This record gives sequence, structure tokens and C-alpha cells, in this order.
Amino acid sequence: MIAETGLIALWLAAALALLQFALGAIGLRTGRDDYYAAIRSVAVAQGLFVALSFLLLIWLFLRSDMSVRLVVMNSVSVKPFIYKFSGTWGNHEGSMLLWVTVMGLAGAFIALFERSLKTRTLVATLAAQAFISLGFYAFLLISSNPFERMFPVPADGQGLNPLLQDPGLAFHPPTLYFGYVGLSVAFSFAVGAMITRDVGAAFAKAMRPWVLGAWIFLTLGITAGSYWAYYELGWGGWWFWDPVENAALMPWLAATALLHSVTVLATRDGLRAWTLMLAVVAFSMSMIGTFLVRSGILTSVHAFAVDPERGSFILALLAIYIGGAMALFALRVGTVKEGSRFELVSREGALVANNLLLSVILGLVFIGTLYPLLVEAVTGDKLSVGPPYFNLATGPLALMLVAVMAAGPLLRWRRDNPTALLNRISIPILMTAAALFALALFTTDMSVLALLGLALAIGVGVASLAPLWKRNLRRTPLHTYGMVIAHFGIAVALAGMACESSFTEEKLVAAKPGDEIAVNHWTLKFEAIEPVAGPNWTALEARMTAQYGDGALHQITPQNRMFAAAQTQTSEAALLTRWNGQLYVVLGDGDSEGRWQVRVWWKPFVTWIWYGGILVALGGFLAMIGRLRRGYKQRKQREYAEAIV
Amino acid sequence: MNRWLLWLPLVLFGLFFAAVATGLIMPKDNIIESKMVGKPMPDFSLPAAIEQRPALSSADLAKGKPTLLNIFASWCLPCIAEAPQLLELQQAGVEINAIASRDTPEDIANFLNRWGNPYARIGSDTTSRVQLELGSSGVPETFIIDGNGIIVYQHIGDIREEDVPRILKLLEEAK
Repeated sequence: MIAETGLIALWLAAALALLQFALGAIGLRTGRDDYYAAIRSVAVAQGLFVALSFLLLIWLFLRSDMSVRLVVMNSVSVKPFIYKFSGTWGNHEGSMLLWVTVMGLAGAFIALFERSLKTRTLVATLAAQAFISLGFYAFLLISSNPFERMFPVPADGQGLNPLLQDPGLAFHPPTLYFGYVGLSVAFSFAVGAMITRDVGAAFAKAMRPWVLGAWIFLTLGITAGSYWAYYELGWGGWWFWDPVENAALMPWLAATALLHSVTVLATRDGLRAWTLMLAVVAFSMSMIGTFLVRSGILTSVHAFAVDPERGSFILALLAIYIGGAMALFALRVGTVKEGSRFELVSREGALVANNLLLSVILGLVFIGTLYPLLVEAVTGDKLSVGPPYFNLATGPLALMLVAVMAAGPLLRWRRDNPTALLNRISIPILMTAAALFALALFTTDMSVLALLGLALAIGVGVASLAPLWKRNLRRTPLHTYGMVIAHFGIAVALAGMACESSFTEEKLVAAKPGDEIAVNHWTLKFEAIEPVAGPNWTALEARMTAQYGDGALHQITPQNRMFAAAQTQTSEAALLTRWNGQLYVVLGDGDSEGRWQVRVWWKPFVTWIWYGGILVALGGFLAMIGRLRRGYKQRKQREYAEAIV
Repeated sequence: MNRWLLWLPLVLFGLFFAAVATGLIMPKDNIIESKMVGKPMPDFSLPAAIEQRPALSSADLAKGKPTLLNIFASWCLPCIAEAPQLLELQQAGVEINAIASRDTPEDIANFLNRWGNPYARIGSDTTSRVQLELGSSGVPETFIIDGNGIIVYQHIGDIREEDVPRILKLLEEAK
């Protein structure tokens, strides 16, 4: 009965979304207040029903109900609890239901708490949100019903893709989804504002927390995904420019640009049309990302849920939403009043430079990701665009972007004096130059990009803290701290990337138990190889001790794992983290003479990449809290003032 | 701003849509043409997988009439899905022999009791050696072999209901 109840709840939620859209459309046309009041309650009800449906699906997975096809295909009864839980969204149907659930809850949240937007724009936003949800409801109910029963009932399930059986999975995809859905809310806001032509500071302030929220989740999702790929795939790399990684990176780039342009709109009422366009582009990138992953149109290590039919469905939704929004943009933006103007050397100028650079990087990543597809459509050749293109094309621009990032926060709004800027930023510039000089002198064979990157990271790390210089730290608003921490995080991550790519030491040996392997200051002793078993896998485990210099001995146990249900092998890398880097050991295959392939990396400061990512997300979080608190206070003051009058 | 410029995003999106839609509609050439088609069965001799059925060797597959060779395993879910189709083929008078991949006698017996046993002979390939020699990498897979032991066709994945007529036609042609 649980499955049937879940399906009924899903149908009811879909019907409510239809009602929400209809109320909005009719309400906007006739301008009747009672429709406006009703749409809020409908949005809340829709959110509750779809959330109920998702909770019931989780329950089915936790109970290992093998009469439900989705559970059979993606779960197995002996699986650890956490993976039963995360298995709910580790598949196509479940993840689509999660998507529409988060959208529904976001709609409910807007209906309950949004007070600063004009009512008409709010209604248009909720109607747009319902319209997007409807597409996903149709998708779920027509072609991918998560509650479908299976007959005959099999004895047990097939298990989850072993690569996905990892704590990372419990965390990574939903995080990205929250990000994507947050951007869908920003998109709905933009569509709502285009319909009512109400684009201004109030609109920007209402949209900003959603953009920030989405951006925080995307940042965390990409950071977690990068770390997951790093330790789970066993290749020692942290970014592969894989289409699916790019699918997450592109919305992040667009969201980062949007985040900065919406600030210009909120503070100075500039960049109106551009901000609307970015909101549309950011959500397009989320949809395109989902499409690329689900349709299997690009081959990738991540393509675990591939189905061309589903691809067509998502593509159709993409055409309706994005095509529609872009047509609306072309028709309406001409009639939106132009925002205020500014000088080139100003905070706005730096933010525009940020936006242009981010857009160009986005464009380059987009072209690189889709170019193979285009070539195949035209000539039929299969090719792949690898890291050489992406690094070369985006690296220099990314460094320029980081340099702009150092200067931007030190500029005044509207207009500033170039010499004054140079004064403010002189210390970071000197530090960068000194670092560059020292690195060029004392290191050999560092690539130009890494050299510049590391030197810039040092300068930018200092410059990013400069906005706090000579300020009363207790009166500095929270969102300023947020910006400082996020920018500092970028410098930390950049330093990690540059160090990892320049100073990594690697060794590949065929070793017997008893052998010693030396890498950098590390000495590894290969002691034994033993079989071990987990809940649904067996593995060969190498027992090794690792010692840094004369330091303490650490036990490490890299594994070669075999999953019973899916007959798949994965290698579980063993990692040892020190403050100055990470030791990364992978156990490969054995040969007939009892030797084992062992791959060892010493990666200095590699962890800074992810610490940086976490700092960036933390900065975003502080900024969001700061903005929300300030908005709340201002509203209270306004209400108070109105009450007195 | 030039008003025509405002349509640019839509135009670019249209181009993207066209490129992707063609990519999606164009048939994917991911059907792997087997290298084994047209070649004789490699020599092998496998022990019986269960007591009720005799063992299988390559000589059993060249006795003058076309046969099917099905590679399956009790731990494979698509094999359950294709079981009814195999029974249907057997009832149509087709001789079906099988190689059980990486399996145990008890599991195979349970599997066949539950989902039906369409096989004349079943060889047990515990190490997948024969399976690999046949150019097969997964289960289920099905080979059509003519009366002289030459491989006519390799079907990768489970046999669906819609595949049955084609397989019967190929068997007819192989006579």
C-alpha cells in the first residue's frame, strides 16, 4: 500500500501544480485578489504532497520492499542502512522525484515567507515555478513512475552501482540537485519579473538568497564530487573535465556570474537585462547538465543512468522552458527600463569584468563539452576534447578572473580613482611579484600556468582580506565577512591546485610483500596481502605501513574490491593526510609471481583544493545569513514606521 | 541596445537544440558486430553443470542441425527476463544448449526449477574461460550455430519477445 499511497500523493501534487499555474495565469489576467490569496495555499499544499510522496519512496527503500521495481533494480537487502537510504536518489526515477520535491518545497517556502516582492510578480513567479514542476511531474508519471510494482516478486534486488556505494553518494547528488533547483527558483523569479516588467532592486533582493543558496550547494556539490572522484576512481586526479563534471561546473559558473550581477542590481539598480539573461542561462545550464547526464549523449564515466528516451523527454522540457524564457526575454526586455550607469573603474566595472570573464569561461567549457557531439553530428567522427584544451583555454582567463577578484572588493561603487586603487592593492601586487620571483628562482619545471597560479594565490589571499583592513571588525556586516572568506577560499583552492599539479611525486612499482617503496619523505613497507569481506563485497587488501621521515608508523590498507551483486571491481585507495599534503596508495592487479602493482603518489597541499571549496561555500553561507537578517530587520523597521503613521 | 540582439540568445539556443536533437535521433552505432560470426566454434569441453543434464563440448554443437547456445548464470537478473522466451523457442522445436557462467550446481538447479529449464545440455564454465574464447563478455548472450558448428549470429543481452521471430528466421536460414 505504501507504493500506491506514494503514487496517489504524486498525482495529487501534480494536479495541485496545474491548479497553481492556472490560478496564477487567470489571476494575472483578471487581476483579482482572491486568486492571489489562493495561489499561496495551493503552493504550500503542493509542496506537502510531493514531499510525502518522496518520504514514502525512502520508506520503501529502507524496508527493501522487493515488490517495487525501482527498489529491485537499485537496492539489495544486505546493503548497509545508509546506502539503502541514499539508493533512493541514486537512480533516475528517485532523483527526478527528489528534484520535483525540492522544487515543490521551494515553492511552498516562497509562498509562505516572501514578503518584499510586489504581489503580481510573486504570483507570476509561483505560476512559473508550477509550470516547470508540471513538466517534471509529467515526466515521472508518464515515463518513469518510481512506484511501479514488479511481478513476479524477485527474491532480492540487484544492488547499487558499486562505485556509488560510498558515503560520498549519500551527499553529492542531492547537493547538486539542491543547487539546480535553487537556480530554477531564480529562473522562475526572472520569468515572473519579465512578465510583470518589474525588474529592480526589490526583485534582486528577493532573488538573491535563492541564487546564494543554489550557489552554496553547487559549490559544495562540486567540491564533494571532486573529492569523491579523487579517492574513489583511484586515478589520483581531482578534476577530469569529464562531461558530467562540466555539467555541474557550467551552472556553477553561471550562478557565480549571476550572484555578482544580482548584487549590482540590488545595490545600484544596474545590469537589469543582463541579470535576467543570466538567471535564464544559469537554469539552462542545470537543465543541460541533467540532459547530458541522463541522455547518455556524451560518453562518460558517470553515465550510470542512461536512456535515450528519457533524454528526449528532458530535451523537450528544455526546449519549452528555455526557448520560452528566451523568447520572453527578447519580447519583454526591450520594454524594461534601462538601469543606472557607472564608470569603468568602479565596483560595478569590476563586477562586469567578472561577469564577462565568467561568461567567456562558461562559453569555452560549453563548447569543449559539446564539440564532440557537434563533430559527430556533422562528420560522424568520434573524438574527445581532453584536459589540454580545457586547461589551455580556461586557465589564463581563470587567472585573470582571480586578479579581478582581488581588485574588485577594494573599489568604490559608481566611480573610483585608478591611482587610489593601485595604492590599496600595492602590497598584494608586491607579494605576488616576490612569490613569482622566488618560485622562478628556486623551482624547476613548473608550468607557466601553475607558476602564475601559485604566485597569484599568495597575493590574492592577502588582497581578499584587505576589505577588513582598518574596519571596525565588530560592526562589519556579516555579508562582507562572507565575501572575504569566499574570496580567500578561492585563493586557498588555487594554491592547492597549483601545488598539486607542480609538486606531485608518483611511483608505480611491482612489489612483493616485504618490499619497501620510497616516495618523497615517505617510506612504505608492504607487509602482506589478505582477503577481507564487507557486507556485500569481498576484497584483497594490502597491509602496509607508511612513515614520513622519522615520524610515527601509520597502517594503511588499499583494497581491490569485488562486489558480489554486480560482479564489478573497484579499487579503494588508501589515503594518509598530513598538514602539508596527502599520500595516496592504490593496489592494482597481481601477477603470477606474487608481485602486486602498487601506485603511490605524494601530493603536497592537495587537500587545500577542497578546504578552499568549503571556505567558498562557508563564505556564501555567511553572506546569505547576513543578507536575510538585514532584509528581515529592514522589513520590521518599515512595518514599524508604517504602524506609527 | 539593438533590439535584434535580444533574439540572439534564442537563436543560439535554437542551434544548440538542433545539434543535440540530431545527435539524439541519429542511430547510435553501439551494436557490436561480433568477430566470431562466420567462424567455427572454438574447441572446448565442459563438465555437466547439474546432474539432470549431460555435459557440453564443442562437438555437440556440430551435429547437422542448427542450435542455440545460451550463456547464462543464476545470479543474473536479465537471464530471468529471457527465460520465457527461451522456453518458447524450445517449444518451437529449437535445441538450446547452455553454458553456465561462474555458478554452482545448487544455484543452477534452483534457478532452473524456478524459471524453467529449456536446455538440452548444460556445461559449467566456472572460470569464464570458454565464455571469453567465444568473444562473450557478459551474461546473458546467445549464439546461433549452424549444423557444421559455424557461428551465424551473436545476440548480446537478454532475448526479448520481439527478438524471437528474428532468431527463428535465422535458425531456418542456417539449415
